[in-house]
Amino acid sequence: MCLAVPGKILDVAGDDPFFRTGRVSFGGVVKPVSLACVPEAKVGDYVLVHVGMALSIVDEKEAQEVFTYLQAMGELEELTPAPPPAG
Amino acid sequence: MKLVDEYRDAGAARKLAAAIARRATRPWTLMEICGGQTHSIVKFGLDELLPKTLTLVHGPGCPVCVTPVELIDAAVALAGRPGVTVCSFGDMLRVPGTGADLLTARARGGDVRMVYSPLDAVTLAAQHPDREVVFFAVGFETTAPANAMAVLQARRRGLKNFSLLVSHVLVPPAIEAILSAPDNRVQGFLAAGHVCTVMGLAEYGPLAARFRVPIVVTGFEPVDILHGVLACVEQLEAGRAEVGNAYARAVRPEGNVRAQEVMREVFVTIDRNWRGIGRIPASGFALRPELAAFDAARRFGVGADAPPEATECISGLIMRGTKKPTDCPAFGVRCTPERPLGAPMVSSEGACAAYYRYRARKTAPAVSG
Repeated sequence: MCLAVPGKILDVAGDDPFFRTGRVSFGGVVKPVSLACVPEAKVGDYVLVHVGMALSIVDEKEAQEVFTYLQAMGELEELTPAPPPAG
Repeated sequence: MKLVDEYRDAGAARKLAAAIARRATRPWTLMEICGGQTHSIVKFGLDELLPKTLTLVHGPGCPVCVTPVELIDAAVALAGRPGVTVCSFGDMLRVPGTGADLLTARARGGDVRMVYSPLDAVTLAAQHPDREVVFFAVGFETTAPANAMAVLQARRRGLKNFSLLVSHVLVPPAIEAILSAPDNRVQGFLAAGHVCTVMGLAEYGPLAARFRVPIVVTGFEPVDILHGVLACVEQLEAGRAEVGNAYARAVRPEGNVRAQEVMREVFVTIDRNWRGIGRIPASGFALRPELAAFDAARRFGVGADAPPEATECISGLIMRGTKKPTDCPAFGVRCTPERPLGAPMVSSEGACAAYYRYRARKTAPAVSG
């Protein structure tokens, strides 16, 4: 159902947005993907692809958020002594 | 791989697990909706990283598993007809129907082809105007845009030999059915990340409010799942019951508006039978009446309701989170991926398949002498 993978758009073809496709690289494996549902996607964007259809442009700023949070948590731990680990 | 590997970082996962352990002061039961999430949890042992007081139960987010048996039988019947090519996602091929599965139909001479995308089936139909090409359109909302686009592209290209056998199911009605069950123990949900990439968050607010459960949209990699669990636990500890988004890099509140438009152009919402669970109102899609020419069920007169299955498979209980795969007496003994009794053992998102593949299983004592 939900197995979608992020890949980088290498190039785009097709004037008709309905039939617009892109070659998308998934860590080196390149596959053709329909871009009909992400008309604003462009070369260089990372898109989430499910069964040959791009569903979303990955927001790279948001992608960082959880790691920023973890870093802040780490800094907080240095300031306050950690409680004994839960059982 | 960028945007994947970072979310499998063991250090980050351990930090999140530690944060969860600090926050959770009481026992909580959470359900992850999606089979892809179940596989990640079992494969990476995430449930073992969590405090013992936190229970993760597996939800019905495996569209292959919940496809009603009458549709499998319909696909098998169509594969047996001369001139028909049945195209399907790979893991549908070994799901048992009342009798055979699609792989057996192929062995018997049926034209059954595995495709990666419904759009590939459209290409096939264009290349073979002499054959009737039927795509077995199984999936949740994540797959609906591609299936809808396949119909629209086939129509635009003037194809007369392409149709969908539709078996679409929807997540929010499933959550409602689970929460309405008298024996429900689920107190918080990890919602299906990519379903929400398509549909956005709007449908979950009313559910969270009505049933007083936090619903946190969650991704699929270990860091994503632990992040979702932490967000859910924080809400539960604070007595909150809201929709949260722990997968913001892939999910916007409004979802993918273009994909939703495409879906609305092609599908209407109907009641659906979920295999192992039963009828859930307004829980599926069918093709709009004006697209009847692309509807394999109408075109070929297949897919009518079948009598209830007599089987040892307890898939319904597993998909509602009432039992785990290892609770099933047939698990690993009479039911294996090679000879499945039901869909969850054969689907790439089935809970039983996940446990079989990634966990040492208890098996019956070896018969000796």
